[in-house]
Amino acid sequence: MDRLPGIRPRQSLGRRLDMAARRGFPGSTTALLLLVTAAPLGVPGQAELQASIALACVFFWSLFRPASMPPAVVFAIGLLADLLGFAPPGVGVLTLLIAHGLALRWRRVLVRQGFLLVWLAFVGVAFGMAAVQWALTSLLTFRLLPPGPGVFQAAIGAGLYPALATLLTRAHQTLAEPERA
Amino acid sequence: MIRLSIPVRQALAKLTLPVLIAAAFGLMLLGKADALLAERARMALADALAPIFGVLAEPLASVRGVIDDAEETFSLYSENARLRDENERLRAWESVALALDAENATLKANLHWIPDPAPGYVSARVVADAGGVYARAVLLSVGPNHSVTKGQIALDERGLVGRVTELGSRSARVLLITDMNSRIPVILEGSRARAMLVGSNGARPRLMYWTEGQLPAEGEHVVTSAEANAFPAGLPVGTVHYTSSNVPEVEPAARLDRLEVVRLFDYGLRGVVPPESQGSLRAQGPERRR
Repeated sequence: MDRLPGIRPRQSLGRRLDMAARRGFPGSTTALLLLVTAAPLGVPGQAELQASIALACVFFWSLFRPASMPPAVVFAIGLLADLLGFAPPGVGVLTLLIAHGLALRWRRVLVRQGFLLVWLAFVGVAFGMAAVQWALTSLLTFRLLPPGPGVFQAAIGAGLYPALATLLTRAHQTLAEPERA
Repeated sequence: MIRLSIPVRQALAKLTLPVLIAAAFGLMLLGKADALLAERARMALADALAPIFGVLAEPLASVRGVIDDAEETFSLYSENARLRDENERLRAWESVALALDAENATLKANLHWIPDPAPGYVSARVVADAGGVYARAVLLSVGPNHSVTKGQIALDERGLVGRVTELGSRSARVLLITDMNSRIPVILEGSRARAMLVGSNGARPRLMYWTEGQLPAEGEHVVTSAEANAFPAGLPVGTVHYTSSNVPEVEPAARLDRLEVVRLFDYGLRGVVPPESQGSLRAQGPERRR
């Protein structure tokens, strides 16, 4: 923390609370988005939308602010998604954790690249994770599920990511920045 | 708080992800080994969220209503012409139906027919989609002191919707007839041939195992069969429709994509009991339905 000399605000209770809220912003907004997309919005493909929003949020925050999206939070978000989506428990948890791990692994390279490459990486992750989810759900329900919904889910994620990333980038620079507390 | 040296802390931080991934596999095994625990956790969450969804549903429904109204305004003229035409045809049918109804009543009176008991029902609001990517189901808000039981049959104003498969204290999950785990014994109304309606997660469930030599006809009405004592006979399910690859499917009569309120009927049928919480019932045999 104290690497740079200079004047900085006192560590009052309010400031610490503010910082904690900013640190908790990524996890709590992702959970909130999950709940909102579980509500009866009447949007076609809502289940697929929910799954891809969770993946996009976890990927984005793991890439750009991993300190605010630790593995335990990813685990909790995955569990919430599984319970909300009535999926076999653990499948969503595993896919989100893998996406988180991949984002951390690619972080050094990807953060310096432009948006297009990050998007391409996300598209790859979305299709890979949809495949993992399809395979695990098939395995756990003992039947070969049609691959269509998985492909649809990945495609929705790929299409959604630019819009979501624009919003999250704004938040990343303002609301979720603990240094601005 | 325990003070750890920096290398230890870094090693621990590196370990978290693998440990959590292992925990995710453990969760999958646990969910498979103890399906009841997973169901309880889901329904506890659904119970907690059902009131919130219930509050959200009303403004959302009114927004959707405004959008629908705006769309309908543009098609008022053509819609009106179509309705007048349809009304003409229905009027003709109405007289036929009234005559048949009267005839049916006299015949039943002559035969000492035992009338079917009128089933009790409750209406419940659909508050959320409880399907996920690989399932088709809806969540109902049923209030804290409900009399809903597993296996009750859900109908909307047009036809069969599904059956109650999971039950919480304030919410109930209805597995739709389009879900891939759904198997419903049906009768083709024209030929009286029996068949199974098999969900495929698509919009239209497929017809399978029909009586040999009695091919389902395009446009034929499909109703439930009392076979296996899971459904009462004669609930409207939908109409037969052939796909381009010549597979008979059923276009559901119920509006499954925009369910708002469903009625849960208690026909007192316990032929095929969905998995219950008591071990005694589970010991009776394997269950296909989740």
